[in-house]
Amino acid sequence: MIQFLKLLFRNRLAGLGAVVLTFILLLALLTPILPLPDPDITATGDRFMPPFSDGHLLGTDHLGRDLLSRLMWGTRLSLAVGAAAALIAAFIGSTIGIVAGFLSGRTDNVIMRLVDMLMAFPYILLALAIVAALGPGLINALIAVAAVNIPFFARNIRGVTVGLANKEFVDAARLSGMSNIQIILSEILPNVLPVIVIAMSTTVGWMILETAGLSFLGLGSQPPQADLGSMLGEARAALITSPHTSIVPGIMIFLIVMSINLLGDGVRDAIDPRLKSGALSRPLPATIVERKETPPVASDDLLALQDLRTEFHVGDRTYKAVGGVSLKVNKGECLGIIGESGSGKSVTALSVMGLVASPPGKIVGGAVSFQGNDLVGASYDELRALRGDRVAYIFQDPLSTLHPLYKVGDQLIEAMQAHRRMPQKEARARAIELLDSVRIPNAARRVDNYPHEMSGGMRQRVSIAMALANEPDVIIADEPTTALDVTVQAQILSLLDDLRRERDLAIVFITHDFGVVAQLCDRVAVMYAGRIVEEGPTAAILDDPQHPYTKRLMACVPELGGGKRELHAIAGLPPAVDRLPQGCAFAPRCEFAQDVCRQGEIKLEPNGDRAVRCLFPDKVSQTEVTS
Amino acid sequence: MNALEVKNLTKTFEVGKTLFTKGQGVKAVRGMSFDVRDGETLGIVGESGCGKSTLARMLVGLLPPSEGDIQIEGKVQDKANPREFGQMIQYVFQDPISSLNPRKTIRQIIETPLKRLHGMGKAERSKRISEIFASVNLREEFLDRYPHEFSGGQAQRIGIARALAAAARILILDEPVSALDVSVQAQVLNLLAELKKEFGLTYLFISHDLAVVEAVSDRVMVLYFGAIVEVGPADAIFKHAKHPYTKLLADSAPVVGRALEAPKQKADELPDPLNPPKGCPFAKRCIYATDICETTDPALIEMGEDHFAACHNPIKG
Repeated sequence: MIQFLKLLFRNRLAGLGAVVLTFILLLALLTPILPLPDPDITATGDRFMPPFSDGHLLGTDHLGRDLLSRLMWGTRLSLAVGAAAALIAAFIGSTIGIVAGFLSGRTDNVIMRLVDMLMAFPYILLALAIVAALGPGLINALIAVAAVNIPFFARNIRGVTVGLANKEFVDAARLSGMSNIQIILSEILPNVLPVIVIAMSTTVGWMILETAGLSFLGLGSQPPQADLGSMLGEARAALITSPHTSIVPGIMIFLIVMSINLLGDGVRDAIDPRLKSGALSRPLPATIVERKETPPVASDDLLALQDLRTEFHVGDRTYKAVGGVSLKVNKGECLGIIGESGSGKSVTALSVMGLVASPPGKIVGGAVSFQGNDLVGASYDELRALRGDRVAYIFQDPLSTLHPLYKVGDQLIEAMQAHRRMPQKEARARAIELLDSVRIPNAARRVDNYPHEMSGGMRQRVSIAMALANEPDVIIADEPTTALDVTVQAQILSLLDDLRRERDLAIVFITHDFGVVAQLCDRVAVMYAGRIVEEGPTAAILDDPQHPYTKRLMACVPELGGGKRELHAIAGLPPAVDRLPQGCAFAPRCEFAQDVCRQGEIKLEPNGDRAVRCLFPDKVSQTEVTS
Repeated sequence: MNALEVKNLTKTFEVGKTLFTKGQGVKAVRGMSFDVRDGETLGIVGESGCGKSTLARMLVGLLPPSEGDIQIEGKVQDKANPREFGQMIQYVFQDPISSLNPRKTIRQIIETPLKRLHGMGKAERSKRISEIFASVNLREEFLDRYPHEFSGGQAQRIGIARALAAAARILILDEPVSALDVSVQAQVLNLLAELKKEFGLTYLFISHDLAVVEAVSDRVMVLYFGAIVEVGPADAIFKHAKHPYTKLLADSAPVVGRALEAPKQKADELPDPLNPPKGCPFAKRCIYATDICETTDPALIEMGEDHFAACHNPIKG
């Protein structure tokens, strides 16, 4: 709650709205006990007294009634009618929306077409027609305003409900023996309630305005009862001679509607969970760099990460996603990075080109040296010139990395023209050539396809073609086959392998699959809790893992051809990277752990062409995984 | 007795239907017949679009079949009495987080089947919940928390706990570990194996991961384009595949120590469901295809001990 208010008041205008509205609401609530004259007593002798007259702070109207008193009582009435109309409209509209969205199919179709018909009328005309049919009066105006706003709620809530009705938890509730009504009440309703509240808070201002409009036309509250609309209507005749009689209710309407709308917007933003996580703030084009110590001297490898450290600062927490990673890759080499979710393997890859979202991400130490230049300190323009040109990425889900509204050929052409001038015709020929090189059959025709017209495997080939477009030196592939079917995965892997040999490419391949690493990579680095725990030639590591995590992780993975068996799970969970334990991060889950493992810094100890971050590698290497 | 008997099960979806016009029928499941024996784990593998999820949803009554029938423990599937039905068969979902209502506590979620299916009182429910939680290795302090506070592995245990609460003897496990990390995946798979032993459960285990399916199943059924192409004992089906598609799957799985080479096939696109081929749906991709494959869809016939395949030119050996 306190956090909600904090978020709400971060939006200054919403805070202002909240203050003004609270003040008006308080006054309206206190009206009966305030020492005000009766609003309906006429005194024709005191007509049109100006504001600040004796006994009449805001003056009097055309019948000599006290304006302040009428304003207070009128505000009270207008607020009550507006709120009641909003509640009625929300209740009926949401019920229709939930029923239509939940039942779907024909019921949905029929209900929503009826709602559409209601929406086809201009709303004020519809309200007038309803009042005309029912006869003038405040209650009838209320009914009319509520009825006019039902479609808005029905449509909004239906949309949300359709999404929820297909969620797995609704299926689960059904299998737990709940009936449709029980599912609507206990599964759907709690999830749409926030949407209803937001919709109400943004429409209640409208409804007050609409009620005032009907009263202004003489169709709402009947004399002598005061509401803001009828006050305006009665003052209309004296607009020139005694403007204060119209200005007073006019300002009140303005204040109410304005404050409600500002507050409504603020509430909507504050409830949106994306705001809390900072996801709505646009990330910078390159990751922020805040290195305290001087960066290491650039190495002459093609691409080398030197003690790279990337952190996320969220609130007062610091997530050490990458905690000092050193890696290198050279021409024609394929380096695998293996690890589970949260191990920092993707953040490592994104840090290379400064693609980690900032805020909240920050590179706080180390260097990325590419062809002898440090990229971590490089300007955005330098990075942009390299991105997609010298260093290209392939991501997991091609459906979300390819733009759905452009033809794949145009996207390939754009990728090339972003880095060098090229006539359209030549670029198109090159695009076809690229599609051909990733073995897309009938490339000349496929070049004009949209991403949704291709299968998942074909789309991933297009992403690979795009990565190859500028003949890069390094390709960083982040789980490029995880979303694909196994037969397609085999083809994509062999394609990557061929391309690397043909073009002498360096590939950094991120995955969680040992089988893939074994088949594709020359060297492999195993990551755990943001650090490399073991690194070396793939065959050596797979034959004889020396870090207990590597060894246990391999034992977890069933391999085809092993028959029915029990798997050797690793007990416990990886540590959260904002609360890393002292010493070895794996110690709490490790059978070999001793007291020395839980203190100080444990180094990645080189040993020939491999390295391991463990105090007892020999013991690990000699012991069979049993439990 | 068989836990499940499925005969000629078919599901046709209508696409392009509007309020006034009839749509075109697309067969997602094309006449499947199979049994699940009491106490066994039947693995189901297949790639996206093969109909495995549609099949699972029909078995638990979330989708009405278009044709064919399903017998559960000897009785025809009858959803008229949801209470009885929910006690016979339950479902564990692929995405553990989205299968839990974000606005309910874990206790409320686990309680529902106890309340609705078994009509238990409050005291009885809380005792039963403790027992179930102990069997899935979760601490009772989790009960009053909300789903978003849990990791994927914990959430999947909660999903399994909910299925256990219904006390059904048959569980349909729809990709229960594919959203989990490998170390957690092994924990959940081992838990499932223990629970099966403890409560005498029957599993239908759906996965796209051949190695996982092989590790947990007694028999494996391979689906392609909405039909069964091969079914046989788990230890033989990938080693001595009869159907070329099964062989393609087995050869595609990345294995440590095997050279990287894309297995042979002629094309890699699935047939168009709006315009299904007349003969074998795999013929276009199959390197063994002959003329008959283009014209006649092969039936599932026995080709070894307890080993069936639907192929005109089965692989020998």
